[in-house]
Amino acid sequence: MQFNPNSTFLYLVATAVILFVLAQSVFFLVRAYKRGKELGMTDQKLKKTILSTAIFTIAPAVSILIGIVTLSKFLGIPLPWIRLSVIGALTYELPAATSTANALGVSLSEMITDPKVYTAIAWVMTLGIMPSIILPPILMKKIQGGMLKLKNKDSKWSDIFMTSMFLGMISAFLGMVFSDIRSGIAGWIPIFVLLFSAVLMGVCGLLIKKCKMVWLETYALSISMVGAMAFAAIITPILV
Amino acid sequence: MRNYMQETDRYGKLWIWTAAVVVAMVPIVICLHFNAWPEITAVLKGLLGVAPIYWTVGAIEVITYTPMLGTGGTYLAFVTGNLTSLKAPSALNAMENAEVKPGTEEGEVISTIAIATCSIITTLVLVLGVVLLAMLAPILNSPVLKPAFDNILPALFGGLAVVYISKNWKLSIAPLIFMVALFLAVPSLGSSVGVLVPVGVLVALGAGRIMYKKGWL
Repeated sequence: MQFNPNSTFLYLVATAVILFVLAQSVFFLVRAYKRGKELGMTDQKLKKTILSTAIFTIAPAVSILIGIVTLSKFLGIPLPWIRLSVIGALTYELPAATSTANALGVSLSEMITDPKVYTAIAWVMTLGIMPSIILPPILMKKIQGGMLKLKNKDSKWSDIFMTSMFLGMISAFLGMVFSDIRSGIAGWIPIFVLLFSAVLMGVCGLLIKKCKMVWLETYALSISMVGAMAFAAIITPILV
Repeated sequence: MRNYMQETDRYGKLWIWTAAVVVAMVPIVICLHFNAWPEITAVLKGLLGVAPIYWTVGAIEVITYTPMLGTGGTYLAFVTGNLTSLKAPSALNAMENAEVKPGTEEGEVISTIAIATCSIITTLVLVLGVVLLAMLAPILNSPVLKPAFDNILPALFGGLAVVYISKNWKLSIAPLIFMVALFLAVPSLGSSVGVLVPVGVLVALGAGRIMYKKGWL
């Protein structure tokens, strides 16, 4: 069989995997929506969650698409498409491909034509992310059981515990923004972008509270994110 | 409540184990179709370069994100990926907007809806993007847009932080100072922020516990 990283067969495999992911997402969406209604949540509240998340997702999804474009230069489209639709992230897949190519002494500057190199990369990508898919079902009971125990024992501390977890995550990302400032003005750009996004969110918050523009809640995070991305595109050529 | 949660766990397990099989089948069918099995040593060598880090981060992520995302959200998010940059922020934002708490059943419902929507939209954008790739590639690769996508994380976390920190500013001080100081002291950590999320979580939990005990919260 003549090897081609963009063969119809590989596109068929990708389609099958993507249909699986869509089916799982729709299954959980429908179940959660029904349960929300049973719990007395209004259609309006549930639909607002869907709309707000859908709009917010578009820009990060385009950034994932850029990941596919990057990887497709040497892996073709179907494999990166599969890997970035299931578990993967560019930050995982690119080092996995590079590590394998280095081990085989192959360059990733052009399209891979040797099927053995291609399959070796596919295996490394797959085995590399397997714990993320195997561990949740194994650890779930223990983790959620622990959280339930905590809640029953001291519900106020349990609330603080959850909030602290999210704040820990946010703090790590806010801290990361400061990692490049020693490299000069270019290293400050992420901080300016962060601040601009924060200001936009602050303005949205004021409009929602003071001007009663409640509808804006749905779009606030998208506006601050996309607005700050546009700001980055404008200031970078000026500052660098 | 128990019943819905138990069923979610049962269905979740069924889906995620199936997903594990589907994911593992991808390289198998490719090898079978092209009759090209790689050398085991090549795979092991490649794996040696990434597995020690990925497997550790994978295990840490499961422990860190499961309580935040809830049962259904976790089973879905760990199959569809992009946790830190997409799924966790969207679940957090959705719970905040819907005024429900993570860890409650309402939180579970909203988090699952957000993560499922996120997965569906991402998948559809990728399908559309792949179909139109020839047309889109020059735009996506354009140098004008590059800084915008390079800065997607600060653009996202800036807005998210305002909402969350303003509501919980006392709890935010310790992890924030710690993380900013850490990244200023060791800039090379910037590329391994995923590993540092649990560190931030531990600092926040430690400080939160002390403040709670002292009655400051």
